[in-house]
Amino acid sequence: MSPIVQGILTIIIGVGGCIGYFYASNILLDRVIFPPKTDDQGRNIRRATMVRPWLFLLPAILALGLYLVYPVVGSFLRSLYNRSGNEFVGFGNYVQMFAEHGFRVALFNNFLWVVFVPAGATFFGLLVAQLTDRLKWGNIAKSLIFMPMAISFVGASLIWKFVYAADPDIGIINAIRDYFGAAPVDPMQIPFWNNFFIMFIMVWMQTGFAMVILSAALRGIPEETIEAAIIDGANPFQIFFRIKVPQIAGTIVVVWTTITFLTLKVFDIVYTMTGGNFDTEILPSYMMDYMFRDDGRATAVAFVIMVIVTPVMIWNIRQARREL
Amino acid sequence: MADLKLSDVGKTYGGTVEVLKHIDLDIEAGELIVFVGPSGCGKSTLLRMIAGLEKITAGTLEIDGQKVNDVPPAQRGIAMVFQSYALYPHMTVRDNMAFALQIAKKSKEEITASVERAAKMLQLEPYLDRLPKALSGGQRQRVAIGRAIVRDPKVYLFDEPLSNLDAALRVATRIEIAQLKEAMPDRTMIYVTHDQVEAMTLADRIVVLANKGIAQVGAPLELYETPKSEFVAQFIGSPAMNLLPGEITGTGTRTKVKLAGGGTAVSDVPSTEADLGLKVNVGIRPEDFTIAQQAALYRGKVEMTEALGEVTLLHFAADEGAKEPVIAKLPGIHKGLRGDEVGLAADPSKVHLFAEGTSLLYR
Repeated sequence: MSPIVQGILTIIIGVGGCIGYFYASNILLDRVIFPPKTDDQGRNIRRATMVRPWLFLLPAILALGLYLVYPVVGSFLRSLYNRSGNEFVGFGNYVQMFAEHGFRVALFNNFLWVVFVPAGATFFGLLVAQLTDRLKWGNIAKSLIFMPMAISFVGASLIWKFVYAADPDIGIINAIRDYFGAAPVDPMQIPFWNNFFIMFIMVWMQTGFAMVILSAALRGIPEETIEAAIIDGANPFQIFFRIKVPQIAGTIVVVWTTITFLTLKVFDIVYTMTGGNFDTEILPSYMMDYMFRDDGRATAVAFVIMVIVTPVMIWNIRQARREL
Repeated sequence: MADLKLSDVGKTYGGTVEVLKHIDLDIEAGELIVFVGPSGCGKSTLLRMIAGLEKITAGTLEIDGQKVNDVPPAQRGIAMVFQSYALYPHMTVRDNMAFALQIAKKSKEEITASVERAAKMLQLEPYLDRLPKALSGGQRQRVAIGRAIVRDPKVYLFDEPLSNLDAALRVATRIEIAQLKEAMPDRTMIYVTHDQVEAMTLADRIVVLANKGIAQVGAPLELYETPKSEFVAQFIGSPAMNLLPGEITGTGTRTKVKLAGGGTAVSDVPSTEADLGLKVNVGIRPEDFTIAQQAALYRGKVEMTEALGEVTLLHFAADEGAKEPVIAKLPGIHKGLRGDEVGLAADPSKVHLFAEGTSLLYR
């Protein structure tokens, strides 16, 4: 069978299956289990209404259970076994890992990422949102800034590899240095700061996201409160920091936390830029180093990442619920 | 304390859309001026121009003898109360009121004293540490007024401050504003509303805006008793003044008009012999009609009645040549008039005459 036919068939079976499922399960519920025909019509209709949401949720719950809950439990169990998975070592993988220099570097770098990337992206996003708010060509500027969001992490990294390239004929940074007569450098090999050069790629990509959400939030601020502040004598900075920002504080938190856990998961950028060399390792890339070589260690790292992400995520969901 | 002078003020949006033109208005210090007009007449725009929130595109605005066209709002000595209250939602009542003073870098003691004084005046003391969302509509509006008082401005600007309140609160807050004015007799206030009752009860003078300009300025009863134009006559008073077309048949200190509907109206408005045969509209307020069997100037069948208890409204079919149905407002309760032929008369002193939209009094 040709792949095209296969694909079309899959779509038909998938979509048809969904429609069929809802149709059939509803008929089953309304006609067979709780038919409204018998004496207690009202009660049966009420019951069917109570069951129906679960009917619709069932496929999603099953899929999430299979692909999210099971892997979490499975990974945790795997992290308690040795490299080949045949010997129970308890928390041995974790103990070993925390004692290792590479892991601690990754943990520290990850800490830097979590502090600076969300802060940078939210800050620039807010700045752009505010500056483009009343501009005629603001929407064009916003589209341009939003565009990196559409590029994959690997694609974006490749672009920045060119920007950072050590060869002055390729890299713009070294081209500029060359113009002023300075010797070329490889930004990826400057210790400590290379982390920030890599982080900047993530900031560059996430600024668009922050900008879009915060721009909408800024527009949602009642115009009168700003006019009242103008009459009260506030200057543009005071209006921004004392009237506007506090009113969108909730949204800022949502954006910040969303970028935070995006950051905690990012692996591709580091992998593409340096492969984790020159002390730029972060937890996900550190995990990838061990994947398939030592699954016990890799799953232990994965679990550490999850433990770090979960509280941020809970906070994020709570805040988002309050906002929306 | 502060008088305002608007000279030939105009507003154009984007160079083409003209919303206000040739506004000339002198407001004396300590006056309470109300801007009224149909929606879209530019009354709020004019207020916002005085506030400095909208640019004045023509003419000059003077406050206290000083041209302020290009003076930023905060330095004009004005404070504004918005229809939507415009409280800062993330600040407590206290901070809302203190904000302007904090911006002005006033001392802590001074701020506290001003806020407490305003809070006391508006009975807001128990709510000072609450957020606006924990207040009722009336309380929020009081905070908005308090925010204005704290700044101790020379001119208060109110932009439909009562529109978001329910009927009972509106009356109560209206009285509060009137008391506020009495407590600060030297402060000038400009008040925008579309509510006639607010305009009539609060204003020292009312400015009726229409057709991008001022239709008439005057004391409330002056506008009611001697409206300059059909527009003002119909805008002030509810239900609106009846207009009956006719032709002048007798002139002198009293004017006689033969109505298109057949009756004859007599008005105390004087006319000259040259007016003989002039086509006019006779204006009579619904409340100025009395039922008359003899010498009725209008006779018609009552199509509908509205009994409000204190008054009864009689709706008649539109008179010949008139656009709107005739309405009479009779004091007290009148039952069983529906379907009857009724004659209406009016005292000559209450009969207005308009030629081409303008009152004969103002020729």
